[in-house]
Amino acid sequence: MSASAIREDDQATTALRSKVTTTKKKKKARRPSPRRSRWLPYLLLLPAVIMELLIHIVPMLVGIWMSFIKLTKIYIANWSAAPWAGFQNYAIAVDFDASIGAALLQSFFVTAAFSLLALGISWGLGMAAAVALQQPFRGRGLVRTIFLVPYALPAYAGILTWNFMLQRDTGLVNHVLVDNLHLTGDRPFWLLGGNAFASIVTVAVWRLWPFAFLSLMAGLQSIPSDLYEAAAVDGAGNLRQWRHITLPSLRPVNLVLILVLFLWTFNDFNTPYVLFGNGQPAGGDLISFHIYNASFLTWNFGIGSAMSVLLLLFLFVVTAAYLLITRERNTTPKAASKPAPKAPARTEDSHA
Amino acid sequence: MRNTTGFKVFRGVTLTLLGLFTLIPLYAMVSSSLKPLADVQGTFTWWPTNLTIQPFIDMWSTVPLARYFVNSLIICTCATVASVILAIIAAFAVSRFRFRGRGVFTTTVLSTQMFPGILFLLPLFIIFVNINSATGIQLVGSYFGLILTYLTFSLPFSVWMLVGYFDSIPKELDEAAMVDGCGPLGALWRVVLPAARPGVIAVAIYSFMTAWGEVLFASVMTTDENRTLAVGLRQYSTYQNVYWNQIMAASLVVSIPVVIGFLLVQRHFVAGMTAGAVK
Repeated sequence: MSASAIREDDQATTALRSKVTTTKKKKKARRPSPRRSRWLPYLLLLPAVIMELLIHIVPMLVGIWMSFIKLTKIYIANWSAAPWAGFQNYAIAVDFDASIGAALLQSFFVTAAFSLLALGISWGLGMAAAVALQQPFRGRGLVRTIFLVPYALPAYAGILTWNFMLQRDTGLVNHVLVDNLHLTGDRPFWLLGGNAFASIVTVAVWRLWPFAFLSLMAGLQSIPSDLYEAAAVDGAGNLRQWRHITLPSLRPVNLVLILVLFLWTFNDFNTPYVLFGNGQPAGGDLISFHIYNASFLTWNFGIGSAMSVLLLLFLFVVTAAYLLITRERNTTPKAASKPAPKAPARTEDSHA
Repeated sequence: MRNTTGFKVFRGVTLTLLGLFTLIPLYAMVSSSLKPLADVQGTFTWWPTNLTIQPFIDMWSTVPLARYFVNSLIICTCATVASVILAIIAAFAVSRFRFRGRGVFTTTVLSTQMFPGILFLLPLFIIFVNINSATGIQLVGSYFGLILTYLTFSLPFSVWMLVGYFDSIPKELDEAAMVDGCGPLGALWRVVLPAARPGVIAVAIYSFMTAWGEVLFASVMTTDENRTLAVGLRQYSTYQNVYWNQIMAASLVVSIPVVIGFLLVQRHFVAGMTAGAVK
């Protein structure tokens, strides 16, 4: 604001005076500029880079190193004395016949199933809600606000509430299923055994779907409405419009969203930790939770680190494959984003 | 999209089901926080028959909740301030300068989001323990250790969002300021920041939320000295009793500040996400 005022002032002054001031400024700006502007961006990035190195990159490298030493309880405060283990920790982690490896493999499959389910359901619900709220109507703002509350809640507050609701004798879920709807005779346990899987998927979806909704809603706002109008003129119903306009337009959002949801769910620690506490039900033994327990129960950080590195490798491979596949598709010619002009005047999915 | 009957039915069904799914747990939380202990230890009741605000009073003495609250407040505020400042400076560099390694920086920083927290939890814990035994600087069980850790959690996404925001501010504005004698930092401070204020506020609230809800590192890096709410709330379940009504009351109270903050800036949040995604 002051900048434009000064500029106007400059223009208003006599040519001579403006000449003097500009040369003066030029001189002042030019002297340090070539060197400074080359180094300045790096200088500006430095604090962020140092923090990232300190808290993420260096510990990660240390973690890789830790996976190669016998870092048991005795050596935790004096790790330089820990003996070299080679690939021994890895051998233990992937020996699927022994108990440690078998448990890890089981946890991996549970996590993969959990991640895919939670990701798919969250995306579906987020998409449904975003499309339902695409058109303005009375109360739209209120509905959107309500939907976002689970995402805004601190993780532990939401999960603790679900923990309470899933209690066998005092919880809301069994009250509804058994007392209100009479679906089952005896009260099932939701936080133990196999049922824990259904519970953890539900809780994760409850917390995650608003994020999908938020992202997709943001994406929908950037679709020009005349695209829909043109499609409507061509006789495309709502479902066709969604398939041929909404979905292709949301592609960039979806690419990021699906990857982020996958990584978040696969690495989810909060949900099992707060939901199950010290119990480790087979159905809810997500891999981060599993490694955490394996490490801090036995204080064998070497094996824990080896498991973490394997997890990182797996996520790295999946992410790289995902990016490669999606990029390949990006380079192939795009499918027409408009419905075919020859579309039948009214399809069954249009309206009555 | 047209408001056909089919669409209206779809909308009605979707919004009702999702509304119930979202609201029932929130209702359970609020209604249970208003029940006496005996009522939450029996079968669940939809309607609280003995309304009481006693849980909201007792929760402060069952567990040193006020202390945890202050701990969380100090840690999260410091982490947020530091993270926002670093993010602003870094985002300004990425948005306003073309330099070698620009792409590498954004990719690397964003990809740290991909790492499983557990992977650097164990090493970070060991590093902190060893720094302590070597130099005497206490990081596990101190505010400082958690502040350092938390400020990096929100940093990648904050930088990403702010770059989007800064890009949407015409470069001519800060170039004009620089012609008028501002340095690049002057232009950032006087022109870019005021114009990007909603984005900065959204990023600050996002950072605060991230730190406020963090559980994994809090569960390992806190001792009695610096215990945060995330871990402290577990102490309502003792061997004798699980004070569910107080847990719900405490959950409600610790949630209110962040929920309100988030809902106030949700619009800017959406704008920031689009800005970041459009790039």
